[in-house]
Parts: sequence; structure tokens; C-alpha cells
Amino acid sequence: MLLGPALGVSAILFSIGVLGVLIRRSAIIIFMCVELMFNAVNLTFVALAQQLGPDGQVFVFFVMTVAAAEAAVGFAIIIAIYRHKETLDMQDLNLLRG
Amino acid sequence: MLQIVFWFHAGVAIAAAVLCITRRSPVASALWLVVTLFATAVMYVLLDAHFIAAIQVLVYSGAIMVLFLFVIMLLNLGDEVATDMKGWFGRGVGLALAVFVGIEVWVVTRALPVDQIRLPAGELDRMTADQGAVRVVAEPLYTDYLIPFELTAVLLVAAIVGSVVLAKRKV
Amino acid sequence: MPSTVSLIWLVVLLPFLGFLANGWLSFFRPDAKRLVSGIGVGVLVASFLVTLIVVSGLAGAAEGAPYIQTLWSWMPSGELQIGLSLQVDQLSAVMLLVVTGVGALIHVFSIGYMRDDDSYPRYFAFLNLFVFFMLLLVLGANFPVLFIGWEGVGLCSYLLIGYWYSEEANASAGKKAFIMNRIGDFGLLIAMFMIYRSTGSLNFVEVFASAPSAFVINGPTITLITLFLFLGCVGKSAQIPLYTWLPDAMAGPTPVSALIHAATMVTAGVYLIARTNVLYAMAPFSGAVVALTGAATALFAATIALKQWDIKKVLAYSTISQLGYMFMAVGMGAYAAGVFHLVTHAFFKALLFLGSGSVIYGLHHAYHQTHNEDDAQDMRNMGGLSRMMPWTTGVMWIATAAIAGAPFLSGFFSKDQILAVAFARGQDATVFYVIWALGAVAALLTAFYMTRLMLYTFHGLNRTGAEELQHLREAPWIMTAPLVVLAVGAFFGGLINLPHVLPGAGGLEHWLEPATEASAQYLAEVHLSAGLEWGLMGLATVIAAAGVFGAWRLLDSDSLVPASEAPEETGIQKILLRKYYVDELYDTYIVRPTAWLSQRVLWRIVDDGVIDGAAVNGLAKVTQFLGWVGTRFQTGNLGTYVILFVVGALWLLSATLR
Repeated sequence: MLLGPALGVSAILFSIGVLGVLIRRSAIIIFMCVELMFNAVNLTFVALAQQLGPDGQVFVFFVMTVAAAEAAVGFAIIIAIYRHKETLDMQDLNLLRG
Repeated sequence: MLQIVFWFHAGVAIAAAVLCITRRSPVASALWLVVTLFATAVMYVLLDAHFIAAIQVLVYSGAIMVLFLFVIMLLNLGDEVATDMKGWFGRGVGLALAVFVGIEVWVVTRALPVDQIRLPAGELDRMTADQGAVRVVAEPLYTDYLIPFELTAVLLVAAIVGSVVLAKRKV
Repeated sequence: MPSTVSLIWLVVLLPFLGFLANGWLSFFRPDAKRLVSGIGVGVLVASFLVTLIVVSGLAGAAEGAPYIQTLWSWMPSGELQIGLSLQVDQLSAVMLLVVTGVGALIHVFSIGYMRDDDSYPRYFAFLNLFVFFMLLLVLGANFPVLFIGWEGVGLCSYLLIGYWYSEEANASAGKKAFIMNRIGDFGLLIAMFMIYRSTGSLNFVEVFASAPSAFVINGPTITLITLFLFLGCVGKSAQIPLYTWLPDAMAGPTPVSALIHAATMVTAGVYLIARTNVLYAMAPFSGAVVALTGAATALFAATIALKQWDIKKVLAYSTISQLGYMFMAVGMGAYAAGVFHLVTHAFFKALLFLGSGSVIYGLHHAYHQTHNEDDAQDMRNMGGLSRMMPWTTGVMWIATAAIAGAPFLSGFFSKDQILAVAFARGQDATVFYVIWALGAVAALLTAFYMTRLMLYTFHGLNRTGAEELQHLREAPWIMTAPLVVLAVGAFFGGLINLPHVLPGAGGLEHWLEPATEASAQYLAEVHLSAGLEWGLMGLATVIAAAGVFGAWRLLDSDSLVPASEAPEETGIQKILLRKYYVDELYDTYIVRPTAWLSQRVLWRIVDDGVIDGAAVNGLAKVTQFLGWVGTRFQTGNLGTYVILFVVGALWLLSATLR
């Protein structure tokens, strides 16, 4: 019976991802942390799928697809930013300041 | 036995994740992330998701993480010396928020009403044994979820076109 | 109903076309005076001819039901269906004839009177527009259409009173008329809302048909409705307490005073009460209020007229007084008598105004020749004009005899009928004896002040000055011809409704029966014995004779001196000259407090402080502040956004916790 422990681990991994996003300034690390959060969510899906049927696994499949698409577009943006600004430090990208 | 394997890999995943977000070098971070993904894949197997575990290794660890490393190399970020970590205040706020998030996620997921719709014990295991690991996922994917599945094709095309347009020097 | 009656839309349209044409000319061809007069008078004459066709069609119709022509649907809104509808019945036919007939004569007179005016086309455009709105008023088949006409004639009155707007007194007289009418219009609007609430309709036919079931006789609703309607009439028809605008309205050209402020617009209130006769018959209390107000106004205005020096002011107060008679009649339920007096008054009062216009015209030209700056309207500057203006003098005497009540002239019959009804009603309630007495005294004063006007203007020694006398002469034929036509009307107008004791009696009363019969069941039968009726007629003759004789004996026109040399008046004469200080009273107790309130409180505090300051600018300030707060979150820094995002997500997630 691994449901409870799996959900706990998933919560910890997710919050580590959040922590990473909050404390790092490099765009590429933040990106990795997002992937980490995806992964934590996938773990939740899989853990619940064991109890409730394979639909959860199908959903993980979709999450991975979206993550792949997001990674492709995200890297394109990162490259474009880097080319423009010569940095990936998010503190320096503040054009939206009101 | 199952419990021991699970907890071992859970520990590895968490430790690697912490290392991932604390390493100064992006390359090191990426490699620690790979470790986390592998450990998670093992946990998937233990949770009777064999096919998902396989594509986790193939797609995530294989494809996406290679993409990460490739971009890091391309932008020549590998030997970064100065840390991009925020100051003590930023880290404190982040930690507090992250702890809150963890607690809430844990509480929310624990509170799910699974008892009424739960499959009989070991049902998924039996299905995997009967039908094979791929069919368990593939059958709903190509029947109930056919339209979302086709739409992901559109999404991927859009992503490809978008990333090409964004990353090209001149359109 | 014969098909000729359906031509009614043409009657209304023609003056409007005249307005458009003259309005266009006033901008692009201001010197085309012949064309302007042709159009301005032509449309009125054409309109009068069409009216004759329509009315003869109506007279030939077998059934008495009104003919209603809906031109288009105006305000369709659920159960409220208001069409732009015209209603031709016996009452509106009488009004039509008066408006187009007298109106056409006054238009003709205007050609001569306004000949040298700089903005001649503008004058005729406004005059045509006025006739258009007046026709809409009397032809409207429902309250809203009547209300357009009601407001429209008010607008034209304003425009024409302030016609010579370069002088401030004229402009403010226009404003005064407009604002005082607003008070009355407020009452009319309230009455309309209440009528719709009670009967569910605003069409005359439906409202009057459902009135017996919708209202309790003398109940609070019907009394309030009729009193609010009367408030509208008080404003429009210059009754106490809203009469002060009418004397000031004499600032406009004299034909305007004749058309708008004597013959037609000011009688709209009488028309409205005659039109809503069913409602008034069901509210005897309101009827008594109307009659008493009318009687009080008749006497009050007549006393002021005794001591006015401006020839037009005398006639203005006389008009107010005569309108009081009409309200006396309609208030007592004698609708035919009220309308009868309206018609005869339209003749003789239009004649009096146009005659005075002829005098003013002559005097003004004489002054113009000698560069004299004296007041061409002050009777103290006139005297002995009969030698120079025989035609004017003759027709003015006819009109004076008519209004004073000389036997067998129009005013004699119409005034006598009103007083006879008051006397007959007195047998039921004593208050009507009071009304009768007020009316009788007013009749005496009327004869007195009219004779005074004639004596001072046309007889005795001349006070214009020797040099001016050389230039004084009769007005051109285009002005005297309408006077003669009107004089015929003023002389024989009484024949349309002779009293019961004479052969061929009650013509107008019988004609109006389809329009007033619905109210007959609520009114007590008026009964006077033949002897009493003869007696009252005799008494009226005596009163008129006493007034004329008294004026002739008491007044010495030879002792008058020109206005510039006149001594200060004293005592009661001064009070009358200053019109009982009512204008000053209104100014002190209503106008100044209102102005003070508007300026100090409503403007400085409410408008500047509360509305502009607190509401408008305050709201803007609050919005600006909230926007500023919002911009504080827009650091442009991803870290801030992420923290806010996580906080938001935490908050949302916590909502799912149990």
C-alpha cells in the first residue's frame, strides 16, 4: 500500500520545485524546477491510478507531451532572451515594471 | 521489500532534487535532476505504471534533459562562477512559502475521496499481467481520449513552429 | 366620416413647411421679404381653407364620434402604445377655426407691422412654427401629442417674446415666461403619469371611456389629477399665481401678443379643461377651485389694468382677466360657455391688440421721423389720435364695446352666459354667488378700464408733440384690412351661441355636445327662468353702461401730461401702478432665495463640493490611488510575480480544504 507515501513524496518534490523557482534567478534553473514540479504531479497521478484505474496514467502521458512542447518553446524563448540581453538573470529582465 | 525499495528511491529523489536546486553550476543541476527523474521512474514501476516508467526514462531523461544540457552548452553557461541564488531574505520567504505549499498539497491530496471509487486491491497489477503494460494505457488513450490525443498532435506542431520562429536569428 | 376629414394632416403640415421654408430663407435670403410674406401668409391661408373643408366634412358627418388619424406609432412600449395621432372632433374644430382663421389675419397684419424689421424671415418662421405647434396641441389625440404642442408653443412664445433679443429686458421677459410655464408643465406631466397609472392609457378616447370605472367621484385620485392638470393650465393661461409672465411678454412684437398672448396659446389651458371635461365633472372640488381661481384672477387683473399707462400692459391684464372668466366657466362645468368666450375673446382681443399695434406703429414712425426717444406705447404720450387714425379708432371702439359687454355684441353674450351659469349654480352652493359677484365687479371694471384706454388714446387733446403730429397717419391697408375683418367677428361673434331666451339659441352649445355630453351626467342641470335670464342680461347692460359712463365722467384726459413730465403717483394709485408689488414679492420671497440657494448651496457646496469634488473627482482620485497600488505590484521582477502567484495559488488551494 504505497498511496500515502507516494503522495507525501510528491508533495515534498513539488514544494522543492516551488522553492527552486522562488530562490533561483537563472532562467534555465527555474525551468528545471518547473520540470521537477511536473514530475511531482505525475507521481501523484500514477499513485492514484494504481487505486482508481489507468486513466491517471493516460493523463501522465498528456502531461509529458505538454511538457515536451513547453520545453521546446521555452528553450526557444531562453535562447532569444539570451541573444538579446546576454544574460539569463531574471532580476535584469524587468521591462514590465509599472 | 517493496516498502524498502520505495523509501530508498524516495530518499534519493528528494535528496537529488534538493541538490538540483542548490548547485551553482547549471550542468550539475541538470544532472541531479536526471537522478531525480530516474528515481521517480523506479517509483512508477512500484506503482504498477510500467509503461509510464519507460517513457519517463526515454522522453524525460533521454530527450528533454539532453535538450537542457544542449542549451546550457550552447549558451556557454557551464562554467558559471557567480551564484544566482537570492539573498537570505529571499531564501527565507521562498522556504516558508514552499513549506506551506508542500503542506497544503499533501493535505489536499490526502483528503481525496478515493474510497468509494477504488478498484479492488491489485486490480491494475492483474490488468497489466493480462493485457500487457502498453495496452493498459493505450486502450483508453485511443478510445476515450482520442480527441485530446489528436489535439496534442496539433499542440506539438504549434510548439515546433513556434520554437523555430522564436529561435531563428532572422525570420 | 367623410373622406374630407382625413385631410387633417395637411392642416398641421402646411405651417410646418412654412416654418422650414422661412427658416431656410432667414439664413440664405434674408432680404426676400415678398417671398417670405407670401410663404408665411400663404401656408396659413391654405391651412385655414383646408380647415374649412375638414370642418364642413365633420359637420356633415352623421355620427358624433371623433375622427382619429394615426400618422405613425410613436412610443410603442408594451402596454403603452402612443401614436402620433390627430383627433378631429367638435371641440378641436372650433379651436382649429380660431387658430387658423385669426392666425391668418394676424399674419397678414404682421406683413405691415414688421415691414422694416431686419430679421423679417426669422419672425415669420417662428410665427409659422407657433401655429404648427398650436395645431398639434389642439389636434393631439392623446396627452403626449398635446404635450409636444404645449411645450412647442411655449418655446415659440419664448422665441417671440425675446424676438428683439438685443435688449436685455426682452430676453429676460422671454426667460420669465419660459420658466413660469415650466412650473405649470411640471403639473401637467405629473397629471399625465397619474392618469396613465389609473387608466392604463393616455389616449383621450380611452381615458375618458374608462374614467367612470377608474375613478371615484370626488375621490382623492381624480381630484389630484385635475388639480395637477389645472396647475399646467395656470402656468400656460396666466392665472393667479403664475400670471406675472404675461404682462412682461408684451416685450414681443404686437402681432405676437395678439396671436400668442391673447387669441390662442394662453387659451390652451381653457381648451385642456374643456377637453378633459369628464375628469373635471367627476371632481367637483377641483372644478370649484378652477372657478374660484378664475373669478379671483378676473377681478384682480382688472384692478391692475385700471392704472396701467402702457397700452399693451392694459390689454395684457385685460387678457388675464378675460381668461379668468373662461376658467370660471369651465370650472363650473359650463364648457360650451367657456369655449364660447374663448372664441369671442379671440376676436375682440386680437382686434384690440392689433389696433394698439396700429397705434404703436403710427407713433413709432412719427417718433422715428423726428428722432424722438419717447415711449411709443405709453398712453400719456398719445391722445386725440382719432383724427389721424379713423379706421383704427372705429374698430377699436367696436372691440371695446364687445369686451365691455355692450348689448348684442359678442362679448355681451359670452360673458353673460358665464355669469348666468354662476348665478344658476348659486342656487345649489353659495360659493357660486361669490363667483358671480366677483365676475360682475370685474365686468364693471372691464368696461371702465377699456373706456379709459380709448379716451386716453384716441380722444381729448393730443400729447405727442406738434412736430410728431405732422407725421402721424393711419396704418397701410394691409394692416387695417385684418382689423376690419376682426371687427366683423367681434361684432357678430355672439350669434354663434345666443342665450336660451332668444330665437336660434345655443348653436355652439349644441355643436359641442358630442365632446361634452359624457360629463353631463355628473353635472347638475343648470336652470334659469326666462325672467331671471332677461334680468341678468339687463343687469349686465347696466353694469357695462355704468363702467363706460363712470370712466367718461371720472377721467379727464385733457389734464394728462406726457409721460416724461408726469408727477409721482401716490396711495392706492401707486399700488395699482406697481401691480400690487407682486413681482417684487416674488422676487424677494422666491427668486432671490432660489438664486441664493442655487449659488451658495447648490453650486458652491452641492455641485462643486459634493458632486464635482466628492463624487466625480473623488471617484477619480480613488481609482487613481487603487491604480497606484496596483502599479506597486508591477515591479517587472519575475521573483515578485512568482511570490504573488504562489500566494494566490495557496489561497485558492486553501479554499478546497475542509
